[in-house]
Amino acid sequence: MSLDRSDVDKIAHLARIRISDDEKDRYVQDLNNILDLVEQMNAVDTDGISPMAHPLRMVQRLRHDEPSEPNRRERFQGVAPATEDGLYLVPKVIE
Amino acid sequence: MHEKSIAEIDEGLRNGDFTSVELTRHYLERIERLDPHLNSFITVAADTALEAAEHADSRRRAGDQGVLTGIPIAHKDIFCTYGLKTSCGSYMLDSFIAPYSATVVERLELAGAVVLGKTNMDEFAMGSSNETSWYGPVKNPWDETKVPGGSSGGSAASVAARLCAAATGTDTGGSIRQPAALCGVTGIKPTYGRISRWGMIAFASSLDQAGPMARSAQDAALLLQAMAGFDPRDSTCAQEPVPDYGAGLETDLKGLRIGLPKEYFSEGLDAGVAASIQTAIDEYKRLGAETREISLPNSPLSVPTYYVVAPAECSSNLARFDGVRYGHRCKKPRDLEDLYKRSRAEGFGAEVKRRIMIGTYVLSAGYYDAYYLKSQKLRHLISDDFKRAFEQVDVIMGPTSPTTAFPLGDKKDDPVAMYLNDIYTIATNLAGLPGISIPVAPANGLPVGLQIIGNYFQEGRLLNAAHKLQQTTGWHLATPPGFE
Repeated sequence: MSLDRSDVDKIAHLARIRISDDEKDRYVQDLNNILDLVEQMNAVDTDGISPMAHPLRMVQRLRHDEPSEPNRRERFQGVAPATEDGLYLVPKVIE
Repeated sequence: MHEKSIAEIDEGLRNGDFTSVELTRHYLERIERLDPHLNSFITVAADTALEAAEHADSRRRAGDQGVLTGIPIAHKDIFCTYGLKTSCGSYMLDSFIAPYSATVVERLELAGAVVLGKTNMDEFAMGSSNETSWYGPVKNPWDETKVPGGSSGGSAASVAARLCAAATGTDTGGSIRQPAALCGVTGIKPTYGRISRWGMIAFASSLDQAGPMARSAQDAALLLQAMAGFDPRDSTCAQEPVPDYGAGLETDLKGLRIGLPKEYFSEGLDAGVAASIQTAIDEYKRLGAETREISLPNSPLSVPTYYVVAPAECSSNLARFDGVRYGHRCKKPRDLEDLYKRSRAEGFGAEVKRRIMIGTYVLSAGYYDAYYLKSQKLRHLISDDFKRAFEQVDVIMGPTSPTTAFPLGDKKDDPVAMYLNDIYTIATNLAGLPGISIPVAPANGLPVGLQIIGNYFQEGRLLNAAHKLQQTTGWHLATPPGFE
């Protein structure tokens, strides 16, 4: 199957990336070329093969639920585009 | 001074032949003179470098030093460096001053290394030519019409051009080894989890691994020693002891079993590259190693598998760039959705957007099994190929890249052609194995890299094999004309 302009619209919305009308044909072409490459995966039957989630088959290490890092709110908010009273500012969401 | 190995610099500093401040000034002068054209640095940190060099000199005077104390290095701009711009090659992070340092950066700082600056790279490490960088491409010091490889192209070019003693890189599908090959330097991608990923801007978290890029295996071993080891802040960092990499360098290679995968010597491999690789393998035989042909039958599937796994993980990781907490924010957003969409559209370049889009698609409802799950199953098969191979051989050898450095602009507009560059390097990332690229005899007047792949946590063996070849051949000593 191959993607068309409306698929590209849908994917761009899911990815929260604005795409202009004149970029769309290029995306259709590029994404389809990449998916053609990816389709080569179907040459192999993988029934009964377990998926590999971690290269070393390690299990997730857990720690106690205790604070382990110092509070660096000011330093971290220093690189934010807009903050006020320790909060991140975004356009109004609720009327 | 810039021709010296790290061990020679250490000796010079110990003997008082020169100071770290003098050495750092010398490198900064070279960067100022030679880099504007090469473009291997995004940020040069002259002031903090000189401060660090002064500190290193006083540490050495007090007898509190290691071999890396006062050695000028560079960090790929993917590692967070406290107080220094950390752009990841993207306009998205053009004004981002890291509020903390990566574990790798902290460890090298603790060892006393001096950071000259941050090196250029493909945007968010997505690329094989350094051409996706928002800061413009890096030129290959061997031929300025050619790419340096990527994504750690700035680190590879700066090491090759003797603009730093060594540099750090990261490798998700070949991003240390391929530029090392194309620029004629030594680069090792360790086992997944060998080095902490904390503070290293994430691309594909199940594949990303940091490593050193240096002029020799011996220098790379010194950096790896400082970088490797457990870090509680990275939940996937391995709790394996770190061996003494320097101690194993001289081990005799007699009886070393080398596997040559027939899939790595098939169509698509440049004849000149093939001949250089053969010359190196013959040299290994002279050193007492044995070779045998092996097969990694699923390796042709590694590129398609990678282009599901890596974009899927990248689309999740890069969701954090939302214009709210850090990074670029668009002007006058109408509402929150407009803020997200325009900040991301303006902040990311074309290749990053393509990969986010592919990743978003393969993870979207209804397609997960056909793409992501399928790729994880293939990953298992690819990994099992190596498992079987390492029952018969100690290391696997082959070319790092199918060609020498290609012309700038050649593959820029053809993503799929660009992806095929990493055909020999990607499988080791999918399997989590360590791999090293070392310079061998040049072909077409350009550097060629030999890739050596080892079993899990066998970095020492790779460095040993690399070092022995470098001792007898000296191919790694070649310096690009104009940078002597």
